[in-house]
Amino acid sequence: MSESAAGSPLVTPSARHLRPALHHQFEELEQQYDASSFGMWVFLATEMLFFGGVFTGYIMYRSLYYSGFAAGSHGLEVDLGAAMTFVLLASSFTMAMAVHAARAGKRVMLVGLLSSTIILGIAFLAMKFTEYFHKWHEQLVPGLNFHPAVESLRGAPEHTVELFMCFYFFMTGLHALHMIIGIGLLSVMAILAWRGKISREHYNRVEVSGLYWHFVDIIWIYLFPLLYLIGGRYK
Amino acid sequence: MSEKKPSVGTYTMVFVALLILAALTTGIAYINLGELNTVVALAIAALKMCLVGLFFMHLWYSRGLIRIVVLAGFFWLALMVSFVLADVFSRSWIKLPSP
Repeated sequence: MSESAAGSPLVTPSARHLRPALHHQFEELEQQYDASSFGMWVFLATEMLFFGGVFTGYIMYRSLYYSGFAAGSHGLEVDLGAAMTFVLLASSFTMAMAVHAARAGKRVMLVGLLSSTIILGIAFLAMKFTEYFHKWHEQLVPGLNFHPAVESLRGAPEHTVELFMCFYFFMTGLHALHMIIGIGLLSVMAILAWRGKISREHYNRVEVSGLYWHFVDIIWIYLFPLLYLIGGRYK
Repeated sequence: MSEKKPSVGTYTMVFVALLILAALTTGIAYINLGELNTVVALAIAALKMCLVGLFFMHLWYSRGLIRIVVLAGFFWLALMVSFVLADVFSRSWIKLPSP
């Protein structure tokens, strides 16, 4: 831990007009980076339980009312879901590359990669809301507009399909909310980077935002099979 | 020190692997494997999560403290899921007179 500060290129101020990267309560930058990552991970652990609550409910009701959940799942558009997965994975890749650029102190590249991540995130949300719109059209929105056509029920009791759609909207809605927060966070980072406020010594701001973004990606990695692929899509 | 971080090549390889796994999980859903469909889908999801966590989120390069936080998160999640399921599925084991 106690590598000399003088020899490390990280501690050499590259831009003197910036606030010093090292906050007074830390001995060295490395310790400060560890503290900020640690804080984000503790927050993400609470987020795991936050999402975990809905996942637990989902697992329970899926085992209790399997036929309704399978029928509801077959009503979702798997092509759109797969496309959303690809877009979100791509956004995670550009995010990881943005952290890489921030570490290397490449400002223009960092702004470009952060913007790409934001655009991919917006594309994901656009597809998500397209699907919500389709669900409204198919009258599959519980509580507000739920009058499904008989073939979409596939012989399952209507109220269990409705329960599945409740989970669908709550889980994807909660995820979409996190996406919106993530896009806001990355927009702040992109503006800061554009103004030259994120030097190599400040790269951990991007790193910590990236952790949040990747976490939201992981949630979708589970939501996609759980919601769209239940019990297979074969005929 | 957590100075070592993955290279561009590593990130690209992980990204390609993630894309292949995403295509695989979608494709396999169209093949009738019976009960195994769900198992395979969740196994692929877990693998994708590990790739993102280890390389994009740098857990592979992280210090023990951060790994413990992640494991604690999983531990609490496992407690929540297993206790809830144990409750729900053991309810029918004992027949209680209905009120």
